[in-house]
Amino acid sequence: MNILVCIKQVPDINELKVDAATNTLPIDKAPNVVNTLDTYALETAVRLKDADPEVKIFALTMGPEQAKEALKSCLSVGADKAYRLGDVLLEDSDTLATSYALSGAAKVLEAREGLTFDLILCGKQTTDGDSAQVGVQLAEHLSYPQITSAVEISVDAGKVRARRETGDGYEVVETALPAVVTISKTEYEPRYASVKSKMAANRAEIPVLTVADLEIDTALIGLNGSPTKLKNTYVPQRKKGGIKLEEENGEIAADKLAALLSDAGIV
Amino acid sequence: MSENKNLWVFFEVVGGSPKIVSMELLGKGKELANAVGEELVAVVIGNGVDAAVKIAVSYGADKVIVVDGADYANYSTDAYTYALEQLVGKYKPSAILLGATGIGRDLAPRIAARLNTGLTADCTGLGIDTDTGVIQWSRTAYSGKLIAEIECPEARPQIGTVRPSVFKRVPPDLERSAEIIAEDIPVPTGLIRIALVEKIEEAAEGAVNLEEAEIIVSGGRGLGKPENFSLVKDLADVLNGVVGASRAAVDAGWIDHSHQVGQTGKTVGPKLYVACGISGAIQHLAGMSGSDVIIAVNRDPDAPIFDIADYGIVGDIKEVLPALTSAIKKLRS
Repeated sequence: MNILVCIKQVPDINELKVDAATNTLPIDKAPNVVNTLDTYALETAVRLKDADPEVKIFALTMGPEQAKEALKSCLSVGADKAYRLGDVLLEDSDTLATSYALSGAAKVLEAREGLTFDLILCGKQTTDGDSAQVGVQLAEHLSYPQITSAVEISVDAGKVRARRETGDGYEVVETALPAVVTISKTEYEPRYASVKSKMAANRAEIPVLTVADLEIDTALIGLNGSPTKLKNTYVPQRKKGGIKLEEENGEIAADKLAALLSDAGIV
Repeated sequence: MSENKNLWVFFEVVGGSPKIVSMELLGKGKELANAVGEELVAVVIGNGVDAAVKIAVSYGADKVIVVDGADYANYSTDAYTYALEQLVGKYKPSAILLGATGIGRDLAPRIAARLNTGLTADCTGLGIDTDTGVIQWSRTAYSGKLIAEIECPEARPQIGTVRPSVFKRVPPDLERSAEIIAEDIPVPTGLIRIALVEKIEEAAEGAVNLEEAEIIVSGGRGLGKPENFSLVKDLADVLNGVVGASRAAVDAGWIDHSHQVGQTGKTVGPKLYVACGISGAIQHLAGMSGSDVIIAVNRDPDAPIFDIADYGIVGDIKEVLPALTSAIKKLRS
């Protein structure tokens, strides 16, 4: 079985702080990491490989030169091969254009490697855009079925079965491969790289695909090919500091708070 | 300009009951549609949805398009996308609003890609250009640290999902009437590719719909031990709220992941959010900073949760929570 894991390099949200002086978010200054839920998607794939050595894992990202670091990190924890789709023509692509380009890359990789990706895994959403759209739209561009928000999967007899989060609990669903599954936070944590696997990943070649390599319509990528346009961004106003009660004991504090809440019409 | 006209709300119905966010969206949708002189249309897909259709009318729909059939009894990406695709092809709306629910977030990207149009997910604000009918979608990015304003200037329909509780429900008018258009859209054999194997509804005690909850009381690692979640539950009960949790509490195995609020859990926007023993890591704040009123109870006076709290108590959870529960009980009686 061949698994394609689509990942994204994002700024580390923990290191991303609003610059109080300019009231801007200096995104470029934060160190980059592999998007959290993408690391769970990769771990999910690696666990399938642990159980079945026949499994091959391919990591794919669309991003600038620096995104190869994210791919190396994937290689160090179990991906067998990694590819970067990078081209200035892809800059400012929205989710529809991004997923379209990724679908083109997936097809080219299948042709090059002489295989089919039975399972395509993506993190449910990223910590930068937070939209949860690319995985689903990749499925649509490939005409594959989708399973979103999966927290546990298994593969058997050409089918993938997944436990997925719903608005009010969980459900177990099943579909025939090939399929796209987006992964939410799983019960298990992504594994760490060993010193040895890190060194090997550092030496690895990361082939680059450009738009010219793909059979896609260039009118549907980049800023011009994106139906949505980003008009403006700004740092939201922070709430003013609230009322903080530090009383002799919990009871006094609780009574004071209850009175405040009652006065404000909150309870 | 395109021939597309009228603003649609995907009026989400689960087990015969409409989602609250769908009612909220009819209120806001009416405002947007009026601003550009278009009609507000509710689209109801399901099986046995007569009651839901009446509710959609009462919340302001000028027209309701109904797709009712056994194939739609349970939500499936494939069938619902197919039905919407047929409807959009026939009626050509200018925009579609969906709730940013589990179903909305599964369906919207799929139908947007099917129609090759733009989608803005998880919106927290909506405006409209009255000259062009272009919707201004506002949403957060980078865990709430940035607001992005997005437009879909040309492709139609413009599609967006909107977070629950962003807009208030308008009072329903049970006397209203509206044109009901029934559309029969049989699902072709083999179209639905996903089979539902098992539905795992949580036991009544644990049942939780955080995304639409108006009041949430959440517990974190500061509770000290899993048994202390009962203090959180007691406070939630007296407030008629539901129980949430931080990732730390979930990872410790104190409560199921379905209760988790934050980056790797649910995004919530209740009227009142009470954070008990939650320090306020950015991942948690990302999921709840949109709450109207935030109360924090924490032993550590420097916990970051106090920076965004409207009211805070520095103190021991085991003392404060029972005292707060009984103080509110007193207020209520």
